[in-house]
Amino acid sequence: MSNTDFVLAIEDLTVSFDGFKAVDNLTMYIDKNELRVVIGPNGAGKTTVLDLICGKTKSTSGSIKFRNTELTKLSEHEIVRAGVGRKFQTPSIYENLSVYQNLEVSYPKGRGVWGSLFFKRSEEVISQVKKIADEIMLTDFLDMEAALLSHGQKQWLEIGMLLMQDPELLMLDEPVAGMSAKERDQTADLLNKICKNRSVIVIEHDMEFVKKIAHKVTVLHQGKILAEGAMDKVQADEKVIEVYLGH
Amino acid sequence: MNASLSKLVGGKQGAIGLALLAALIFVVLPLGVDIFRLNLVGKYLTYAFVAVSLVLLWGNGGILSLGQGIFFGLGGYGMAMFMKLEASDPITTKIQTTPGIPDFMDWNQITELPWFWHPFQSLPLTILAILVIPALFAYFIGFAMFKRRVGGVYFAIITQAIALILSILIIGQQGLTGGVNGITDLKTVLGWDTRTDSAKYVLYYLNGILLIGSILLSKYILNSKFGMLLLAMRDKEERVRFSGYDVSNFKIFIFCVAAMISAVGGAMFTLQVGFMSPSFVGIVPSIEMVIFCAVGGRMSLIGAVYGTLLVNYGKTVFSETYPELWLFLMGGLFIAVVMFFPNGLAGIYEKYAKKFKFLRKLSDTDPLALEPVKTADVIPANEIKEMGAKA
Repeated sequence: MSNTDFVLAIEDLTVSFDGFKAVDNLTMYIDKNELRVVIGPNGAGKTTVLDLICGKTKSTSGSIKFRNTELTKLSEHEIVRAGVGRKFQTPSIYENLSVYQNLEVSYPKGRGVWGSLFFKRSEEVISQVKKIADEIMLTDFLDMEAALLSHGQKQWLEIGMLLMQDPELLMLDEPVAGMSAKERDQTADLLNKICKNRSVIVIEHDMEFVKKIAHKVTVLHQGKILAEGAMDKVQADEKVIEVYLGH
Repeated sequence: MNASLSKLVGGKQGAIGLALLAALIFVVLPLGVDIFRLNLVGKYLTYAFVAVSLVLLWGNGGILSLGQGIFFGLGGYGMAMFMKLEASDPITTKIQTTPGIPDFMDWNQITELPWFWHPFQSLPLTILAILVIPALFAYFIGFAMFKRRVGGVYFAIITQAIALILSILIIGQQGLTGGVNGITDLKTVLGWDTRTDSAKYVLYYLNGILLIGSILLSKYILNSKFGMLLLAMRDKEERVRFSGYDVSNFKIFIFCVAAMISAVGGAMFTLQVGFMSPSFVGIVPSIEMVIFCAVGGRMSLIGAVYGTLLVNYGKTVFSETYPELWLFLMGGLFIAVVMFFPNGLAGIYEKYAKKFKFLRKLSDTDPLALEPVKTADVIPANEIKEMGAKA
């Protein structure tokens, strides 16, 4: 496979669990600064695609190139260090730590054993934490234990933890699940803001939300791409209406 | 400098807790009890090393090791081997078939000092071995387990199995290890008699200094980013991994540190008690140490020391009157602590200290009058209190 200008180039990707192909010969390209939304019915393989990109699941065949670096052979932490951040479906934050500490732990310095033992809380770290806290609307909660945040705030905190690493590719699995209407709007604004200088892949079910953020939409069905393109084009697609959107 | 010092002891509350513990160990107990009982306290305090190591490993790291006796034993045997060799000089052992080797070797028809005993003829090498061998052993176990992502209950069972294997190995290789009797009749270190009252005082204080030193080292680790990562890993290991950390390296490191701290305790045990035997290596002592830690509070380094002292005091009192009931009582105590006081003594203290603070705010009395005066190094609870103060 040749090198490309894409941030992420997935080609012929297949993963099979005991013969069941959860992702089947998938090919997909993500541009620089693009915000791509992946939709599809339950079991279409959306989360599995993210798992494959970030190394949680190993592929059976095919290739995933991130800025022309093959990811399928790297371990999870190496993929993160290459510049790929991933948010999990349920908010995955450190409940015992404060919001501040949650963000600080995610700062990409002192990632080794010795580095972390002698890590100093420098001005740079503090200002970065404050900047991100401001973006995710949690400035007033920095000293609060993360367990006490609302569900929506936890989702934001996890996004903030990823932003601390300043990844070039950000992958979000259902970022607005369980959020109120107002929080959804705020999250849409947040996503539109943070995709300015990075690529973002979002998995989402809420079509109203998808319309607000998507540059391009990919519809997955049974591990394969059913349709891909602009939102209105995809919404008008007969096949998509048949299997997913409904009449 | 001041800021890093305050970080080391864990702020004002940490300093008070540490000062009180030091006062108890260095002043109150030596003045309050005779040398026989002080020596007994010294023995209990060697278990406290293991309890402290479990606060790092289990309380903060979420890695339950049911085999810390392995490292306590390795440290203890290292020191015992040195002292045994010193006690087995050719003149004292001239009635043996082979003079100059430990008596139990002679009884087992061994005619030459085994190769792995040779380094223990030198005190510096012995001290090095006491620190390095347990750490290396922990590194191999940790590497094999954590790189394969073996954790939780599986890790606990495997460490327990290793503790059992090691104690069986020691018992089985009587000629090389002294077998079930252990290594006994230890008398001197570089000619200095460790059995005199004055030596017992010196060893007691040395033990106390090393214990406080281990607590300070642990505090430094827990207050660094490493400590924050330990808590984060305990909570959401996947999230840490997907934040760019190689989780297994952190687990291996803390397991090695815990092994070294336990081994220092083992070596001090041998020095103060005068023998070492496989009964301090196997499953039962390993689990007892977990109970000491749980009773004291698995999140509190200082609490773990109080827990160790208290449980052992109870053991001494009860096992004199009802020896057959003690094990049941201990099991019941463990269950009760886990069910009702998951943070042990330190947790109970935290709870009441918080209540006092709450009352203080209501009645608006002199804040100094009710200043908390014991341990308070539980990170989450500290935050809860800070929040309480802000609310």
